[in-house]
Amino acid sequence: MTPVMGAYGVVKTFGHVRALRHASFEAFPGEVTALVGDNGAGKSTLTKILSGVFAPDEGEVRIDGAPVRLADPHDAKRRGIETVYQDLALAPDLDAAANVFLGREVRRFGILHNHPEMRRRTATAFRELGVGLVQDMRAPVAAFSGGQKQSVAIARAAMWATKVILMDEPTAALGVIQTTKVLELVERIRDRGIAVVFISHNLPQVMQVADRIEVLRLGARVARFRRGEADVERLIAAISGAYANETGEGAR
Amino acid sequence: MTQTKPTGAETQEPVTPRVPLVRALLRNPTMVTFAALLVIIAAFSVLAPDTFTQRSNFVQLAQNVAILTVVSVGTTFVVITAGVDLSIPSGIVLGEVFAVHALQLVGTGGGDTAADVAADQTKGWYVLVALAGALLAGLVIGTVNGVVVAYLKVPPLLATLGTLGAGLGAALILQDGVNTATYALDPVGHGEWIPGVPNLIPIALLVVAAGFVLLHMAVFGRHTFAIGSNPEAARRAGINVERHLLKVYLIGGTAAGFAGFLSLAYFSTTSIGGHSTDNLQAITAVALGGTSLFGGVGSIIGTLIGVWIPAVLKNGFVITGVQPYWQDVAVGLVLIVAVWIDQLRRRSRDRG
Repeated sequence: MTPVMGAYGVVKTFGHVRALRHASFEAFPGEVTALVGDNGAGKSTLTKILSGVFAPDEGEVRIDGAPVRLADPHDAKRRGIETVYQDLALAPDLDAAANVFLGREVRRFGILHNHPEMRRRTATAFRELGVGLVQDMRAPVAAFSGGQKQSVAIARAAMWATKVILMDEPTAALGVIQTTKVLELVERIRDRGIAVVFISHNLPQVMQVADRIEVLRLGARVARFRRGEADVERLIAAISGAYANETGEGAR
Repeated sequence: MTQTKPTGAETQEPVTPRVPLVRALLRNPTMVTFAALLVIIAAFSVLAPDTFTQRSNFVQLAQNVAILTVVSVGTTFVVITAGVDLSIPSGIVLGEVFAVHALQLVGTGGGDTAADVAADQTKGWYVLVALAGALLAGLVIGTVNGVVVAYLKVPPLLATLGTLGAGLGAALILQDGVNTATYALDPVGHGEWIPGVPNLIPIALLVVAAGFVLLHMAVFGRHTFAIGSNPEAARRAGINVERHLLKVYLIGGTAAGFAGFLSLAYFSTTSIGGHSTDNLQAITAVALGGTSLFGGVGSIIGTLIGVWIPAVLKNGFVITGVQPYWQDVAVGLVLIVAVWIDQLRRRSRDRG
């Protein structure tokens, strides 16, 4: 199977810091791929390259096997790659539908927005995704709990993504029950055939939700596991450099 | 009295909880302000039933607030982006000055200029010339404000304080410190397209309607709210935040320039020493109307109501023989209470 999105031999340098040294990464449709690694391993940089924030110094990004040059995050969005940011990026004073359609409003007469239509489509999508906010469609998202806000952010990404959703620590600020709901949402999105890239420090959570795990260490991929191949101890070993199942720079 | 059990309630989908009507209205800042306005009007109607409630008094009031209404509509957009526009007086005064200069450029023969014509000899296109001049002044002020705030990232309070001083100074230079009288705009300032309704009233209402559509029904307004609410979210959603802010300050400046045109038409003279508190009056009206100074929340209808509260108070005090200076005291207190309520609402909402 061709990865829907991949990075191959990517190098990214900031001044004297080599954040990525021939890092590779692959995500497949209908799978949750977890990207794990210690602080400074290059997860954020790699995510930003995949979402179009940074351009790689060397190496290439491929979508459906074809090399692409992502000009900016909007270019990535146009290609069906959505990002859920750690800090949510919702406008708290707007309601869920206005947030979901922000910058992509359904229009009337070219300049007016068609809010009833946006609200209807949002309600439908939320229902399909099992996001239980339908009765709160008129409330500003500031009135929502942290988990509800994160659900809105993820549902928004799911509504627009046709290929890949990148999630940077989507459950970091959430409680136990809220985390469960968000993880269920992640699985439902995966079951629609979207590739979900899940960046997390929470290894038990990664083991629970990920179909594949890719481990990044010192700017390069050091290990890959399929579901069930690794336990937490082996993951920690890979993250800390005591274990590797890939060798050489830019392994593919 | 028999109590009936709500049968089957457990199996139903959760619905929006019903809140009592009064509480629902209190949650809406615009409704609170509107209620306050109604109370004030009712009080003066009881105190001075013969004078205050006369139709002519309300027409006069509407005409008096027309110019402030126009600038307040522009200010509403600016405040919703969490900005502020102190440069309104310079926009108005420069608007007047550019308008008379534009009229002076147009000759009528015999060495006279369009600025010197009598009210009954003016022509329709003189009005357009003056309008173009006034709008140009507004665009200049708005462009400077917008570029400095959006691209140079100077805080709006100081950026517009700068253009306030600079604009007023430029007006004095252009006029050599002397006002110019003109009757060329009398058909606008003193005419009645609708019998019994001075022109400033329908003009202000048109501006309000345009502002309402742009803010509440257009994508432009949606983006304005989003930027005021969370500029980073707006940016990530693909909105060009800087360019949008520039447009918002252009609206503020253009509204001020247009107000200058109306002021020139109504008073038949420039007023280079006047309008000095119009910026604060506009901000007061906007804040009274429930628009949050922290951005992201606001409404044009609220602003319209907010314009009327100080005007009605002043008018009522004059009619009932109270020293009109009490208006300033009353408006100041009402303003503080209004912003305090906004704070409380915001805090309780964010707790979620």
